[in-house]
Amino acid sequence: MIAEPFNYDAPSTLDEAFAMLEAHGDEAKILAGGHSLIPMMKLRFSSPTHLIDINRIPGLAYIKEEDGYLKIGAMTREVDLEDSDLIARKYHIFKDATHLIADPQVRNFGTIGGNLAHGDAANDHPAVMLALGAEVEISSKEGKRTVPIDEFFFGFYTTAVQPGEILTEIRIPAASGKYGSAYYKVERKAGDYAAAGVAAMVQLDGNGNCVKAGIGLTNVNPLPMRASRSEEALVGNQPTDDLIELAARYASEDCNPSEDLRGDEEYKRHLVKVITKRMLKLAIERAQNA
Amino acid sequence: MKKSITLTVNGTAHTIEVEPRTLLVHAIREILNLTGTHVGCDTSSCGACTILIEGKSAKSCTVLAVQANGKSITTVEGLATAEGLHALQEGFHLNHALHCGFCTPGMMLRAVELLEKNPNPSEEEIRWGISGNLCRCTGYNNIVKAIQYASAKMEGRELPSTEPEFV
Repeated sequence: MIAEPFNYDAPSTLDEAFAMLEAHGDEAKILAGGHSLIPMMKLRFSSPTHLIDINRIPGLAYIKEEDGYLKIGAMTREVDLEDSDLIARKYHIFKDATHLIADPQVRNFGTIGGNLAHGDAANDHPAVMLALGAEVEISSKEGKRTVPIDEFFFGFYTTAVQPGEILTEIRIPAASGKYGSAYYKVERKAGDYAAAGVAAMVQLDGNGNCVKAGIGLTNVNPLPMRASRSEEALVGNQPTDDLIELAARYASEDCNPSEDLRGDEEYKRHLVKVITKRMLKLAIERAQNA
Repeated sequence: MKKSITLTVNGTAHTIEVEPRTLLVHAIREILNLTGTHVGCDTSSCGACTILIEGKSAKSCTVLAVQANGKSITTVEGLATAEGLHALQEGFHLNHALHCGFCTPGMMLRAVELLEKNPNPSEEEIRWGISGNLCRCTGYNNIVKAIQYASAKMEGRELPSTEPEFV
């Protein structure tokens, strides 16, 4: 399959990229890893007339802790998250998630920024970002603005990134104290989208009470979804088995899965309940060992 | 409008003209006439088109040729040397790790990077490591054995048995 014809540019600075975006308006698309966009163009679901390849712009790929945040450059590849020592030590959720995203070849190309900017509730990073309380830095020729992740996803393939803008950085409140996180999705086969997926983050105080909780759900709602009622149930309380059971039930009740070839609604709600329970337990265990 | 790009494939630089929409796999197969790289699903699922770009395994049906401008590429034609077959080729041969052979070039190129990053992988790590490559003939067991054989050979360990396994 061959995409419709388009023009291609590979700018070497963000300023050049902004100028190209301005010149071509919403006819232009940013090419990051390309492993969602190029298949869509080959299937002719998407036919931008101009591709702006930002892979040759230096300085957009990094993983670092700075100013109380974990900062991840938008062009950081999934494989770099998978291989990062910092991630392996403190942010287990990324290790869990990247292990399950697509397959090794795709992870060599796919970027975290592209995964978010694609705006697909079936992707895995959106739920992870919701659980971790991330914010997203969006840049344009006017400067930079920061958008909380809860205000980032607008609709199917639609995000807060406007024409002329490029997602440049993801910021996550740095892990401190008894902090733990975990992600799992049920997939039919390697590389499939989730039948359902759950991202969980907890922070415990010295008495083992939950002081922070984040739960994000993958592919069981039209938009990436925060399980707010589950989070509220946990915060301020001792995460007992009964409370975890309750939080898991809330998540399964509050999501809105649709029936498809991966399962019917009842099955997916069941998955959400089971995975939420398991990921909360794993995140709590990791927090206790942090 | 065509673009002029330079690809260094298996050590040889080629400057070619491509449309921006030309896929890397088509540039390799149809312009450079290196047909060892296959097109299977054409949707980045099956891995038959796997090559190495700067040493990293990639599905060349999902990469534009222009994206690879200036990059170094390895295809299956670049695995063997004047000294003989690559350890992976030898492993696939001795372990009967192919029937129709369609997935084999992609499997081997993927395994090159897998062994580069993890020279002595467990069976589980091999199976997860080739999870982006589909084989519809062998059932994978002999492919796993072939990769274990190559791992042992490249690491100088004792070579595992290559007796065929009938299941």
